[in-house]
Amino acid sequence: MAAPLTLLLIVAVTIRAVLFRSSWAELISERVEVVSPLNAWKRVVEGLALLDLGVSPYSGDVFHETPFMIYLFHFVVDYAEIVFMVSPGLVFCLSRFLTSLYLFRKQKYALESDRYPADCLELLRSPKEMFYIPLKVAMFYLLNPFTILSCVAKSTCGLNNAIIALFILCTLKGSALLSGILLALATYQSIYPLTLFAPALLFFLQRLYIPVNLRRSSFWFFTLQYAFIYVGSLVVITGLSFFLLGSWDFIPSVYGFIFSVPDLTPNIGLFWYFFAEMFEHFRLFFICVFQINVFFYTIPLSIKLKEHPVFLIFMQIAIISIFKSYPTVGDVALYMAFLPAWSHLYRFLRNIFLVSCVLLACSALFPVLWHLWIYAGSANSNFYYAITLLFNFGQILLVSDYFYAYLRREHHLTHGLYLKKKDGTEATLVLK
Amino acid sequence: FRLSSLIGHISTCPSLIGQCCQRHPGSVDEFQEELVIRPLHSGDIYASFQFRTLWDTDFLQEGQKVSHYRLFPKSLGQVLSKFSVRELHISFTQGFWRTMQWGQPFIPSPPGAELWVWFHDTVSDVDGNWKELTNVLSGIFCASLNFIDLTNTVQPSASFKPLGLGNATDHRFLRYATLPREIVCTENLTPWKKLLPCGSKAGLAVLLKSEKLFHSSFHSQAVHIRPVCQDEQCTSKAWELRQTLNVVFDLYTAGQGKKAFRSSIYLNCGKTGELFELSPATPLLSQAVVLGDRRTYSVFDLTRAETFGQLRSLNLLLRWKGDGGEMLRPLLHAERYVAGFGLQTGEIHTVIYNNHPYRAFPVLLMDSVPWYLQLYIHTLTVTSKSRDNKPSYIHYQPAKDRHRPHLLEMLIQLPPHSMTEVTVQFERALLKWTEYTPDPNHGFYVGSSVVSALVPSMVAMSTNFTQDQPLFSSFVPVKEESSYFVRVYTEPLLVNLPTPDFSMPYNVICLTCTVVAVGYGSFYNLLTRTFQVDEPSLPLAKRLANLIRRIRGVPLLT
Repeated sequence: MAAPLTLLLIVAVTIRAVLFRSSWAELISERVEVVSPLNAWKRVVEGLALLDLGVSPYSGDVFHETPFMIYLFHFVVDYAEIVFMVSPGLVFCLSRFLTSLYLFRKQKYALESDRYPADCLELLRSPKEMFYIPLKVAMFYLLNPFTILSCVAKSTCGLNNAIIALFILCTLKGSALLSGILLALATYQSIYPLTLFAPALLFFLQRLYIPVNLRRSSFWFFTLQYAFIYVGSLVVITGLSFFLLGSWDFIPSVYGFIFSVPDLTPNIGLFWYFFAEMFEHFRLFFICVFQINVFFYTIPLSIKLKEHPVFLIFMQIAIISIFKSYPTVGDVALYMAFLPAWSHLYRFLRNIFLVSCVLLACSALFPVLWHLWIYAGSANSNFYYAITLLFNFGQILLVSDYFYAYLRREHHLTHGLYLKKKDGTEATLVLK
Repeated sequence: FRLSSLIGHISTCPSLIGQCCQRHPGSVDEFQEELVIRPLHSGDIYASFQFRTLWDTDFLQEGQKVSHYRLFPKSLGQVLSKFSVRELHISFTQGFWRTMQWGQPFIPSPPGAELWVWFHDTVSDVDGNWKELTNVLSGIFCASLNFIDLTNTVQPSASFKPLGLGNATDHRFLRYATLPREIVCTENLTPWKKLLPCGSKAGLAVLLKSEKLFHSSFHSQAVHIRPVCQDEQCTSKAWELRQTLNVVFDLYTAGQGKKAFRSSIYLNCGKTGELFELSPATPLLSQAVVLGDRRTYSVFDLTRAETFGQLRSLNLLLRWKGDGGEMLRPLLHAERYVAGFGLQTGEIHTVIYNNHPYRAFPVLLMDSVPWYLQLYIHTLTVTSKSRDNKPSYIHYQPAKDRHRPHLLEMLIQLPPHSMTEVTVQFERALLKWTEYTPDPNHGFYVGSSVVSALVPSMVAMSTNFTQDQPLFSSFVPVKEESSYFVRVYTEPLLVNLPTPDFSMPYNVICLTCTVVAVGYGSFYNLLTRTFQVDEPSLPLAKRLANLIRRIRGVPLLT
């Protein structure tokens, strides 16, 4: 196992190094699909230049990174490429742990407790299959063109992904303290990982065998503990940021910017054109609707998937990547890296061919239609917007398809794989 | 051999003298007017009218209400007292001044409208005063100055020092705005003429005929108000209102002029007087040094009866002798253009030429770029003679979206006889569909850059303050003999921004909400429904039959 992984690492690093040194690097770092106003490298350099000029980087509307980034890049700006290559490596570490230890262990326990009906054996994964999952996850992340583009563009999305990956790693390892701190750091970077609090909490409760029952005091005790760690670290990190630049300017510049979406630079998300064409009267209303849309799936999903917190983490990350205000392909790559972990769901996926075609076609069409709009002038913004719609539609289909397949597999695991109707003929399962 | 002539038909009418331009007893209000005619080497004629009203009153004292308006226009006087204005400079220009072909203008101005104002230190809410002032001036001058708001107003820290009295250095009381898109027409000239003490009925203002003025290559009218000293010891102060009109045309113009309190025509005859022949010849010749250039001027003093011949009219005829002659090359010259292609990024290049053969001097470059062109200051490069030239002072205020524009001021040392290029990259923003002008594909204007410098003079400048100095040489106070102040405006830029489709708001809202609803719908289904074995439902006939059977109490069909 070590040899293929090492080989994979070498290949990934080589590809990135080659692209860094070529003329493509500058081209890629200007692409709106890969960088957004929140995480563009050009803006980080601009922020540092403003700091050198004696002007606060948050006094203008160019820089929207947190002070933590200023602090980090102030020292490593010359070695930025190395920093960005290290972050995928962290995700890769996670992959090993996630699949090899957690999923395998869970299945082993379930087998031993004889919970599954007899004909479900083919649904269970053999250890041999699971042996290769870490390699597949690593491959899906490191060799994903989206990740490579994001890394070569030096978008700070890669760093945010690394923090989220570390958080998941610590959660799976069972360390509540580290997990809380890393989740606070991920939330501090961009607000949306706040929704990952629920799955992490559910995971720890499951691990510590505390039943999720609102009347039990043990549930509340642990929840308050974890919440205290999380909120406490968040407050500490925010306080430290205040002391870095001596003002609270970064809060409206970073979080106000994420929530109020003033910058309408095109990207692969749904917000930009919607708010470019929005009637002024309704703007606030729709901002609220779109932002609530990201957060409000948390509670229903947590209730439905309370016994499957890892899948819940995947669902939450996917929902954040699709519905956040400034998505980039780096965010898409993060949840796509999880897909090999659910490769056993393949037989229940209904639209996978359509979805993959749609996503591939859209990825190819994005640069074409951008060029036609911005450079050739023969298309207009509607073309690019249409591909944005289609890409997001494809992503939604992908996520809901995996959700359906997961739920269906769980149903089969409890009720048996080959179901029969009352008269003995083969039954079909529907959602009712 | 080119023939071009200027005929001025000016007659006196004794009965009308004194009606409006007489000296009032007990006051020292003064009115002085002047016309400078300078033939340019490109065959054009540069005519510069200046009308100066001195008003002896002291606003600077608090609470003093002024109600006696004699020569000073009441509308402007009220504006000055209401908004506690210390200096006001407003100009409306149509056309672009071609420095390389025409030399330096006496009073420079950028294309469009420009307004800069110094307020008193006693003002507490400068922004509020500024907003009201622009609206009031918009009414006075019939111009759309109400488009000036915080998104195109800047506070330059070094480029615009007060031209009148006062040693204010706090630039919080200075506001500068420019509207490059503003068009100047007769609607703006008429209220400007009304501000003159006699309107357009007497004096040189009679020559200002709109049809002739607007058929010109360059036309600029300005109003400059500032406090000045009335004598050398500065024992008393007065408000000076200068109205200037600079025109460049190569047509002949005819006009009538009535006498004013003090009015003269200066005609630039060049150093050798060989360029053209002037008739009637005048015995009055004066030398004046303006803009580092000592020239000889023929003076026609219209207050003297001898100027007018037996016909009681003055006809000026200039006959060109031929092409040739050396034009003094302007020492400072600037150009600006946008480089790049596509609607995503671009680069602003400002090129400044120093044509002095051996002296280097510093210039202050001020750029005010609207917020929708996001400048990246880390890409700023200044190169002179292909080498990096680091500015010694940079004041940069980044833009806040929809609140204020970028302000970049730099002090650059220009090497002698060189070209300096300043480049900065920018990104174009996509605006909300309501923020575009009705003709969005025309583009968006970026106001002219301002290059201000103290240029070393080849000729000693006069620092003496005399009442008899001609107006055109006393506009800018000269502090030292070896240099003179020059302000050069570059071209305004026109940049295109990417536009959304303006016909689509409803469609976009529907389509985007559809995609979000698809997501919502799929998740809702999966969250609220469970898997069940599909039992086929009975056809309608059997269901009705089952209903009747249930009532009867008989076993049901399947």
